[in-house]
Amino acid sequence: MDSKISINRPEYSKSWLWKMAWRDSRRSRSRLFLFTSSIILGITALVAINSFKSSLFSAINDQAKGLLGADLVVRSSQPFTEDYQPLLDSIGTERSSECYFASMIYFPRSQGTRLVQVRALEGDFPYYGAIETDPIEAARSFRGKKQALVDQTLMLQFGVEVGDEVKVGTESFEIVGRLQKIPGQTGITTSVAPVVYIPYEYVEQTGLLQKGSRINYMEYFRFDDEAYVKTVEETYEKRFDQLGWRYDTVEEQKEDTGRAFKDLTGFLNLVAFVALLLGCIGVASAVHIYIKEKITSVAVIRCLGGTSIQAFFIFLIQIASIGLLGGIIGSVLGSVLQMYLPGVLKDFLPVTVDFALSWSAILQGIALGLSISVLFALPPLLRIRKVAPLQAIRAGIDGAVPDSTRGIYPVYAAILAFILGFAWWQIGSILDALSFTGGLIAAFLLLAGVARLITWSVKKFFPITWSYVWRQGLANLFRPQNQTMILIITVGLGTALISTLYLVQQSLISQVSITGAGDRPNMVLFDIQSDQKEAIKTMTLDYDLPVIQDVPVVTMRLEELKGHTKREAEADTTLGLPDWAYNREYRITYRDSLIDSEEIIAGKWLGKMESPNDTIFISMSDGYAENLGVKVGDEMLFNVQGALIKTYVGSLRRIDWNRVQTNFLVIFPEGVLEKAPQFHVLITRVENNELSARFQQAVVRNYPNVSIIDLQLILSTLDDILGKVSFVIQFMALLSISTGILVLIASVVISKFQRIQEGVLLRTLGASRRQVLTIAGLEYLFLGVFASCSGILLSLAGSWALSYFLFESTFSPVWLPLLAIIGGITALTVAIGVTNSREVVNNPPLEVLRREI
Amino acid sequence: MSSILKVTNLSKSYSSATGSLTVLDDVSFDLAKGETFSIVGPSGSGKTTLLGLCAGLDRASSGSVEVCGIKLDALDEDDRARVRNQHVGFIFQNFQLLPTLTALENVMVPLELRGEKGVAAKSIELLERVGLGSRLHHYPTQLSGGEQQRVALARAFSNDPEILFADEPTGNLDEETGIKVEELLFQINKEQGTTLVLVTHNMELARKTGRILRLKGGKVIELTESALAAQA
Repeated sequence: MDSKISINRPEYSKSWLWKMAWRDSRRSRSRLFLFTSSIILGITALVAINSFKSSLFSAINDQAKGLLGADLVVRSSQPFTEDYQPLLDSIGTERSSECYFASMIYFPRSQGTRLVQVRALEGDFPYYGAIETDPIEAARSFRGKKQALVDQTLMLQFGVEVGDEVKVGTESFEIVGRLQKIPGQTGITTSVAPVVYIPYEYVEQTGLLQKGSRINYMEYFRFDDEAYVKTVEETYEKRFDQLGWRYDTVEEQKEDTGRAFKDLTGFLNLVAFVALLLGCIGVASAVHIYIKEKITSVAVIRCLGGTSIQAFFIFLIQIASIGLLGGIIGSVLGSVLQMYLPGVLKDFLPVTVDFALSWSAILQGIALGLSISVLFALPPLLRIRKVAPLQAIRAGIDGAVPDSTRGIYPVYAAILAFILGFAWWQIGSILDALSFTGGLIAAFLLLAGVARLITWSVKKFFPITWSYVWRQGLANLFRPQNQTMILIITVGLGTALISTLYLVQQSLISQVSITGAGDRPNMVLFDIQSDQKEAIKTMTLDYDLPVIQDVPVVTMRLEELKGHTKREAEADTTLGLPDWAYNREYRITYRDSLIDSEEIIAGKWLGKMESPNDTIFISMSDGYAENLGVKVGDEMLFNVQGALIKTYVGSLRRIDWNRVQTNFLVIFPEGVLEKAPQFHVLITRVENNELSARFQQAVVRNYPNVSIIDLQLILSTLDDILGKVSFVIQFMALLSISTGILVLIASVVISKFQRIQEGVLLRTLGASRRQVLTIAGLEYLFLGVFASCSGILLSLAGSWALSYFLFESTFSPVWLPLLAIIGGITALTVAIGVTNSREVVNNPPLEVLRREI
Repeated sequence: MSSILKVTNLSKSYSSATGSLTVLDDVSFDLAKGETFSIVGPSGSGKTTLLGLCAGLDRASSGSVEVCGIKLDALDEDDRARVRNQHVGFIFQNFQLLPTLTALENVMVPLELRGEKGVAAKSIELLERVGLGSRLHHYPTQLSGGEQQRVALARAFSNDPEILFADEPTGNLDEETGIKVEELLFQINKEQGTTLVLVTHNMELARKTGRILRLKGGKVIELTESALAAQA
């Protein structure tokens, strides 16, 4: 015996692996491409969003000054009186003044009234960017004259033209331009509060600057030297603080805008990521079936001397390559798609976004395509390492995928870490990322559980009396290598996403609608001066409208909290007293009883002062008390327009905010504030739109300083906003459905060979074309119904949870559209499944078999 | 003469719910270079199990197998694969060509696995030798059964194996094609001086080899020199 013979370990031939991977893929490239197609959409969306984000951020950077319109803006809720002029002059002399407030306007031409944001402007603002109007020159020419610029959508809604009049308060202004764009404003903000510009010098004459009205005053500064802003901040920060003034710089505006869009793009990215994960599950399932078909080949390679790792790498290279290809295609498509995003998002954008290629987004897309397809393909791929060469000569174990779990758990852990990491990267909060990942896993597990339950139930309660084709179609749901689990998860999750969005949207709208249903109030009149109160009450009753509530409102500031001033709270952060509590203006009412939307949950309600020397116990909203860190018995010192009033928290109230009525964070007892300067709010109920319009016109004509909000306005504003954000819903729906369809197509095509073998066998045994197609159709009918119903169930649970916990509203599902979704998704599933089976019945059996091997 | 395959007290048993099942029981034999050898027996007698163990495709419960002087029992899966690649050729009953590779590529695989370059010429020569010079770029599904088995034959000899294992090489072929394949198998085997181990039901084919091992119920019931060998 020649014992010196030893094993020669040839140098590991990497190029051969690539060559083998290439050769082996030749006959399956279209199928391999199909695997990757399900991830392409997700990558496309991610690259488009990230490229757009990059362009948007660079636009925000470039146009930051145009967002603010000045180098510095100083804001106050009190007028900048003559006393402050020297201080303002010392900051800078090139400046403009503005004040804005909510008020009703009246268009005499159409007799329409509407709550708007009135902006009174003086000076050359904006110094950067522009107020865009039609005609262009109106943006400058209206100043100094009794002329106004009116939001163009508003003009369209009320049928008003340039040259018509608009009444603001007691003054009439000639409309000289349609307002198209204001520095820093977006389509959404103008939907909520359309703007009317008037010259500053006429604002006093409108009679709207009354005590108690919520008015914001601003001074815009322009500096020759940009760096001077820093000096101003350092020099005046403390003084501004003392005066209760706030300020914004270009840098801050840039950060605020950037933050808002980071949230939006982060949200969109997560949606795209969910679609990508759906695609990945498709990839994993497809690879599982693909590898199953390759087991004998792997065994033969092992017989011929290939090692397990070589066999593993041949297929890993294939999967990595298609992942890379998917990443590249997705990145190219995403880069093209991003050109359309500025158009779709125009109502949200305060800046003009130009198209630019983002190489970092493209590289991220490619890396994501590669890594995610490899990661999700690894669990089935790893099993290759356990294929025994014996399988090449043992027919009995031919095609069986070894059930090896070695190395699988680290892969699952890596997948989880990847999902969590991606979510964390997008959301920026580990807790939120954990919730996202947990929610996603819960949804997957739930759908997988439903799939198992369905297959188990079908097996257990199999209807043996049904006809053969029905039984065969149903039995296909639980036969070996069935598609039930994968389709219920992917199609189910897609359905769940779409219907959840729809249900939540409908639930929100219906919540607002029922807010004013029955006998509940649906109109609020506010900013009523004390001397107007009785007259307006009478007028309301004259219109046969009930005065449901008449609420006095007193504005005040917080001087001390738990005995500490703002300065003390700032100096000693361990006190845990938030400084915003001192900065805000409190609008407080007084009354002797609770209203039906309130409930005392701590302390004791004291509605009346027995004697002027009694201790004053106030009642506070429970949520606000929690934010402030205040409990029953804590001291609060209020400054009521100069007079200091010491109070103690006497009770905490839970408030139902979902009503058209006034609710207050703080309520004083009767007998304290009666003599303080105040204004009033009146709440009523109007039965129809025609009466509502007549009543509003009358109020605005007679009391122009009084503003009105009615349920109709809230509904139309909500509808407008939802209309503008519908792109997000459409984007999510389109992405999820398309990915679901691609996964469906991939699953169906990949399992085609098995179907073909069965189909051919059935045909050989004498099954008619119709029978074979009916079996396939029924299988996909069951799959479609089960998958979409599972998704709907999940979405009902999700929408209920969102309504109950997040929006704190009543969940009211709409059944008809849900049935339509089930019908649509099922029809699509059947169509794809049957189309795929047509090949079996339209061609001679052997020809089909040869082509597919 | 050096021993190419040495099987000593080889046994294989499986544990099942009803107890241990012995499928191969204490088998021993020794094959010299260039020898031809058949393993025959009824279905379930342990023929394929013995072939699998001899080729290192499976592990024995006891006993040992030495191929070209290398004890397979001591090797891990990958080293046994390397031994097969360097010293062993295979022919399967159902051909087992890689369906995604052309005839030429199938023949090249064992050589490429060794890391050899420029292997196409030798593979083409072998395919021409088995009469498939015009079918180099055909996929398995485009070839008849006989043609597929001839490609398998060319692949089996491509790495100049010292020992060739053939599992029912003509079992899936009609008689005429089977005879042609047999002739080619013995012809090339003789030319290359390869040791041949055949598993077959076909006694006529078995008699063409030098020795015949008869198995029944996993036990060797007879190890004889064939009449043909005796005549030679």
